[in-house]
Amino acid sequence: MQLLLFLAALLAASPHARTPVSKAPVRTASLQNPYDSQDTAIRAGAKLFQRHCASCHGQDAAGRNQAPALASTEVRNAPPGALFWVLRNGSLRHGMPSFSHLPEQQRWQIVTYLKTL
Amino acid sequence: MYTKAVGPACCFMLTLIGAPVASAGEGGYFITYSHQMEEPDNLEISLITTTSQPDSGHRFLNTLTEFEYGLKGWWTTEVYLNGQTTGSESTLFTGYRWENRFRLLPREHWINPVLYVEWEHINGADKSLLEVVGFDAIGDLLNPNSEARREKEREVEAKLILSSNVKGWNISENFVAEKNISHAPFEFGYAMGVSRPLALEASPKPCSFCRENFRAGIEFYGGLGTHEHFGFQPGTSHYVAPTLAWQLPNGVTLQISPGFGVTRSSDGFLLRVAASYEIPQFARSLRRMLR
Repeated sequence: MQLLLFLAALLAASPHARTPVSKAPVRTASLQNPYDSQDTAIRAGAKLFQRHCASCHGQDAAGRNQAPALASTEVRNAPPGALFWVLRNGSLRHGMPSFSHLPEQQRWQIVTYLKTL
Repeated sequence: MYTKAVGPACCFMLTLIGAPVASAGEGGYFITYSHQMEEPDNLEISLITTTSQPDSGHRFLNTLTEFEYGLKGWWTTEVYLNGQTTGSESTLFTGYRWENRFRLLPREHWINPVLYVEWEHINGADKSLLEVVGFDAIGDLLNPNSEARREKEREVEAKLILSSNVKGWNISENFVAEKNISHAPFEFGYAMGVSRPLALEASPKPCSFCRENFRAGIEFYGGLGTHEHFGFQPGTSHYVAPTLAWQLPNGVTLQISPGFGVTRSSDGFLLRVAASYEIPQFARSLRRMLR
């Protein structure tokens, strides 16, 4: 029992476990980005990023105040489906709103841009 | 006194001018609420007008100034200041509303519930028609301002908001319950809306007139009587209103909605127009300005 508690505490304390990306269910994380590496999607995603994300994460995606940097190794290495999942669900406790009001296509365009940072 | 007021006002204006852009607007509706919350620390300022000329009444222009602030990702609070002008009568302040919306589930589901609680302190001259409940009817719009303003309405209103986003469409349903704290029975109403952007993909170039910047929809709202006479009763008013929202790249959203009364008790035609601007990270920017 103590070992289980220790493992749970260790998992909770690990920085990876705390990020919203790591909470994406496996099924969603494995989704393929229909716009992967497409130039028009990257440019559209950059435009959407400036409109919806830059006010918190900074225009250069370097992070600001409590909003983490998105130009980071974690985002670059994250499965596109996991980023898509975070955009859909947000992380309300951490102040990240849900962007489910954006059509799926636009969320994928943002993911396409994020992967280029 | 004057100097004390000017300082914060200047800071507020500078915050507006220096603010980066964020997108305003929630589903493109005027009456129906979706589960989209205001982003934390963002302040949206809206000016919403409603105009109509009821049969055998004077034309009126009702104006609402709305301040919507995201306290948390799951909690949005709003204050409305209400006023109206009626032709051949007068212009007057009709009161205020303070509302709070709480998102009940942290993640996105097929149906997303939000609880809405509002305190209204308005008078009978209010013509915003922000919610139609009970047996609200066109007759309420015909009372002269001099008489209507004497009627005080201190009301508590609750809404259950259910909303879904499916393949670019937003579908929202609101169930409304309202109680005047002094003497009236519980009154009920509903609002429903469906909307969708004109394009689901964003274009790669910055543009004002791209189809993705427009959102079209339709909403239905009306009264459902009281707890004693509940349902689609004769004498209640019901409206159908197409909506169109245009989100400009500079953070301004413009909305328009012609509304049509579908029962004899309804006003025949209402025109609603709104302009919104969202200031991202408002409190933080204000603190920086005051330092």
